[in-house]
Amino acid sequence: MAAVQDGGSELEGEKEPKPELMNDGSTAPAAAPSSRPEDQQTLLAVLQFLKRNKLIESVDALRREAGLADEPEEAPGSEAAGGAGGAAAGSGELGDAGALLSRVSGGSQSAAAPAPAKGGDDQPDVSVVLSAYSQQGDPSLYQVYYSGLKKFIESVLDCHRAELSQLFYPLFVHMYLELVYNNHESEAKSFFEKFNGDQECYYQDDLRVLSGLTKKEHMKGNETLLDFRTSRFVLRISRDSYQLLKRHLQERQNNQIWNIIQEHLYIDIFDGMPRSKSQIDSMSGSLAGEAKREDNKTKVYYGLLKEPEIEVPLDDEDEEAENEEGKPKKKKPKKDSMGSKSKKQDPNAPQQNRIPLPELKDSDKLDKIMYMKEATKRIRLGPESLPSICFYTFLNAYQGLTAVDFTDDSSLLAGGFADSTVRVWSVTPKKLRKVKSAADLGMIDKESDDVLERIMDEKTASECKILYGHSGPVYGVSFSPDRNYLLSSSEDGTIRLWSLQTFTCLVAYKGHNYPVWDTQFSPYGYYFVSGGHDRVARLWATDHYQPLRMFAGHLADITCTRFHPNSNYVATGSADRTIRLWDVLNGHCVRVLTGHKGPIHSLAFSPNGKYLASGSTDGRVLLWDIGHGLMIGELKGHTDTIYALRFSRDGEILASGSMDNTVRLWDAIRAFDDVETDDFTAATGHVHLPDNSQELLLGTYLSKSTPVIHLHFTRRNLLLSAGAYNSQ
Amino acid sequence: MAEERRQKQCSVVLPSESMKAMAESMGVGQLQEDSCVALSEEVSYRIKEIAQDALKFMHHGKRRKLTTSDIDYPLKLKNVEPLYGFQSQDFIPFRFASGGGRELHFYEEKEVDLSDIISTPLPRVPLDVSLKATKEQQKAESTEPLKAVKPGQEEDGSIQGKGQSGTSAEVKGKEKLRMKPRSTHELSVEQQLYYKEITEACVGSCEAKRAEALQSIATDPGLYQMLPRFSTFISEGVRVNVVQNNLALLIYLMRMMKALMDNPTLYLEKYLHELLPAVVTCIVSKQLCLRPDVDNHWALRDFAARLMAQSCKTFSTTTNNIQSRITKTFTKSWLDDRTQWTTRYGCIAGLSELGPDVIKTLIIPRLTVEGVRIKAVMEGLVVSNIDKIGADHVQSLLLKHCASVIAKIRPAPDVVDQYRTDYGYLGPMLCSHVVKARTQAALQAQTVNRTTLTITQPRPSLSVSQSGGVGSSGGSRTPSIIKVPSSLTLMSTRPATPTQPSPPATKYIVMATSAGAASTQQVITLSSSQSSSPVTSTVTSVSTPLQPLVKLESGGGAGSRPMQKYIVVSLPSSSSSSSSLEHKGGATATSPIAIETTVKSERSESPATHTHSPH
Repeated sequence: MAAVQDGGSELEGEKEPKPELMNDGSTAPAAAPSSRPEDQQTLLAVLQFLKRNKLIESVDALRREAGLADEPEEAPGSEAAGGAGGAAAGSGELGDAGALLSRVSGGSQSAAAPAPAKGGDDQPDVSVVLSAYSQQGDPSLYQVYYSGLKKFIESVLDCHRAELSQLFYPLFVHMYLELVYNNHESEAKSFFEKFNGDQECYYQDDLRVLSGLTKKEHMKGNETLLDFRTSRFVLRISRDSYQLLKRHLQERQNNQIWNIIQEHLYIDIFDGMPRSKSQIDSMSGSLAGEAKREDNKTKVYYGLLKEPEIEVPLDDEDEEAENEEGKPKKKKPKKDSMGSKSKKQDPNAPQQNRIPLPELKDSDKLDKIMYMKEATKRIRLGPESLPSICFYTFLNAYQGLTAVDFTDDSSLLAGGFADSTVRVWSVTPKKLRKVKSAADLGMIDKESDDVLERIMDEKTASECKILYGHSGPVYGVSFSPDRNYLLSSSEDGTIRLWSLQTFTCLVAYKGHNYPVWDTQFSPYGYYFVSGGHDRVARLWATDHYQPLRMFAGHLADITCTRFHPNSNYVATGSADRTIRLWDVLNGHCVRVLTGHKGPIHSLAFSPNGKYLASGSTDGRVLLWDIGHGLMIGELKGHTDTIYALRFSRDGEILASGSMDNTVRLWDAIRAFDDVETDDFTAATGHVHLPDNSQELLLGTYLSKSTPVIHLHFTRRNLLLSAGAYNSQ
Repeated sequence: MAEERRQKQCSVVLPSESMKAMAESMGVGQLQEDSCVALSEEVSYRIKEIAQDALKFMHHGKRRKLTTSDIDYPLKLKNVEPLYGFQSQDFIPFRFASGGGRELHFYEEKEVDLSDIISTPLPRVPLDVSLKATKEQQKAESTEPLKAVKPGQEEDGSIQGKGQSGTSAEVKGKEKLRMKPRSTHELSVEQQLYYKEITEACVGSCEAKRAEALQSIATDPGLYQMLPRFSTFISEGVRVNVVQNNLALLIYLMRMMKALMDNPTLYLEKYLHELLPAVVTCIVSKQLCLRPDVDNHWALRDFAARLMAQSCKTFSTTTNNIQSRITKTFTKSWLDDRTQWTTRYGCIAGLSELGPDVIKTLIIPRLTVEGVRIKAVMEGLVVSNIDKIGADHVQSLLLKHCASVIAKIRPAPDVVDQYRTDYGYLGPMLCSHVVKARTQAALQAQTVNRTTLTITQPRPSLSVSQSGGVGSSGGSRTPSIIKVPSSLTLMSTRPATPTQPSPPATKYIVMATSAGAASTQQVITLSSSQSSSPVTSTVTSVSTPLQPLVKLESGGGAGSRPMQKYIVVSLPSSSSSSSSLEHKGGATATSPIAIETTVKSERSESPATHTHSPH
């Protein structure tokens, strides 16, 4: 599935470089093109169904209609899909839908002729994918092959050994799967037991999945394996090492291994010095090997957008506001300097209208002014002046707190709970009030100055409001920047948009059929992104009930989603241990970042948009340079999953919060400086990480028994953290 | 090793017997072995798959513990109906059982009686989620209104601090403890006046007033409300006056303490933590007066030591171990070579007062060492006067206490040389003291030639009526240490309930039986007020005269005042039976003339003779 969708989205990208989204900010029917490959699939499925049920007339009718309609687009589409599916049995020539159908349903027979017949196969993709394992070798010789290769790799020079050792894991997996697929159960078991101890410790989770799988039947439903098969495992090996390996395999005529390397692995050969073990280790660990170098070649406009033109109204209103405060002159020069700064166009910034953004409303402008004012009172942080931390502890949550978010101005706090509720608290003295009912609103004098105040129902004022609507644990919550809306994503597969005026649910976005792990509003509002168990991240606009973009490519659950500060990109972290950066404009994946050794549970962009920090279950924080697509730092210290990451408002401090009940502060400036002074050999992509976590760690703050699941810097750089008290 | 273990974990498959058992539970009788194997592999794989997905849900639930709902959601993902109604927030313990070569893990499900559940009141509604803010750290120059805490300091976290809203889990925990509310015992104006007068009189200069005040403390029944204040007064007073070496005040305070102890309505155990340190200070302090060479601080030490011994006797229990703790304290400082003579004296005095057993086990073995020390001071050349006086006092103290004990434990012929070899420097002096003690004991036995029973009730004025008319009442006297022959100490003369305002009428029946002759019986009724007709029990002549009889009878149904009867039967020493009277002291036991025993109740005129002589 994933492969086909991947192909589809690329196709869409080629065909529609400028979606309609560009022309009109308010409406964006870009969902139509994106759904086209899906339509094809649906069509095929329907045809198949009809055929199976002997409804030949209907088949003909549908084929006639669909075939005519789809013909011009089908060839490239199927090619892409076929290519990705690994069964390119001449699909290019197939013209009509019937042929397409036969490719899919009959593909298994033609392409996998030597394979034993598979009866009742209603998962065309899977069978195609798996058929690649059908080659017959002597199952008893697998162990000999593998240990022969092992011996060879252990005997080569040290500099090559580390590189060639990368082969062990993918070869091990594929050989094991071949054995299982060909029903050599006992051989597979002994093969596994003999060699699984050799694998790197960070593959242990996958090995556990693998070990449970001992029968061919099991392979059908197993998504992890499907992913492993559909995506070629990527290895980066220097030319010298590769030659060495090739020579060895040819000498020994070790065709079995050579076939696997040819078919299932993607070896990215580079010229130059072989990499060291530590360099390899820092990059490996993902489900599908390292990222290909060309994956990260696309230019990313990581600069910030120019501040919207609110200077003029700002000055006016600001002066008014300042006059009220009675100190107008003091702040003016500052404001000017800020204004001039933002006027300069960042060369790395995207076009202002690359993504249509919602127009600023008056209330947004007011908020911007508030933000500016607060910003002038902001404390400059640094190693010498660490932020104060305020911890919001949820009591009596009975381990049910699953997600937390603060508004940007830190006035509201939302918590998602395992009992399907979303609760909103006001953390300022200002209480939460509902808007009056429609009947009461009619009686209000609309001309009065304090109309906004009058529409609120004073009787409903309370510190906390509970939002009911989900039917499963709420795993993600996000406030809109204007504080009018709240998003929540849940196990029930929906994302709900709540109004913070009426405290009711406005929309339930259905698209993910599986749990939605995370959702986030764009920093400019209107758009939001979501990702979940179905491994597809979706971009939505609040006024569309269909997603605008689907970002497919991850091989496992998408566990967290973040918008880039300029709203042009979306980063997703996944359980396949990769981070991907997607272009909102065309849905392309522009960066694949590998190096984590466990599912990624938190992401944070630096305020200048240049860097990304990510935290995972292995307790490490990795820092990435988005422009070059390189890992530039590793922060070790946490002992458990990192659920929260946040840069301070000026980007000097990185705060990380973890399941191990600590908040840690890191010197972000130094972490980035240290790297930039290095010789930045971006071309090779070889990272060499300084091991300076301890020097960068500025402070560790322990809570008694409260895991930290959210962090937020206020506009004045006070650090807010939140978590539920765990009584056990 | 780890790898091996991992392999094992990975390749675990459910045994086919489980499949059979499950099939049977579903009503499928005969399941073929092949099917079982196939099924178990399939089931194992599915279970692993679900477990892996469940972990995913646990991670996203931000928990460390897998719950039952984490299993339900993966089932839902796979379009399998979840296990409804199997909810538990808690850890579900699996029991392990083995037997017949089979190992079994099972979930213990208790049978629940529904009627119990229905009849029990509903549990409290769980508290709602609430939010609480805690400040962790603060920078000095911040404009935020938070209080400063140094960076690096650990967050005092979620436990402390007050909940912003609602009740917190911690608060709930506190509620469970249910701290007793602190009540302040306000003194009435009269009590305040009384307290002021009493304390002033106790430490004032007028001796007559002091005697009156002490008498009041020792006898007044309504002082328990002021007891904490008296206790603090004494302990604080000692603390201050020790520093100022104010001997007089220390003595006054000790006397006050003594008076408190003598008051039968007060029970000091709750205040011992304040009082005992003060007493110990008065025993062992290096300096208690301004002029150590002149002032008689030794008397204070003696007095305090006696006080300590009394409180040990009264309050030492197996839980507070006062006596052993005190003994240890004294011994420790005594054994220290650097201890000064004053403290040394205090330690020895404190130990000696604890009884002959303590002297025997702790002091006598050290006589030689102590003798060497005293000799060094006495015969040394350059010694300060103070040291000399100290050594002298220690010497006489040791002689005084040890002589009587040695007299009892050593056989009669007292040879000076033997004493010298046994006890060193102090030997000769000890010898003469022992000889003196022996003769005195013999003399006493001869001259007194009757058993002397001294009964001192702590409070009430006793009216002793006796046929012989040898009665004297000493109610007006300040009560002193209870001097009761050891055979009677078991029957404490203190009322059993100290809070009882008036003492019970006590009745002593003392019966003396002369060998072969008709018994004479004397019934002594001691009672401060006549509540009911005293039950006079007359013991008829004992059939076997050699039978010792000590009987305690309590008077029946005398209203609120229980009546105690002490029946003391004294037998002539010629009887071979070892009666309790043996304890009355060596003098009586060895006396051949004690055939006709008369009982004489008298107020002790010279306590010293009575406290020491029976032993």
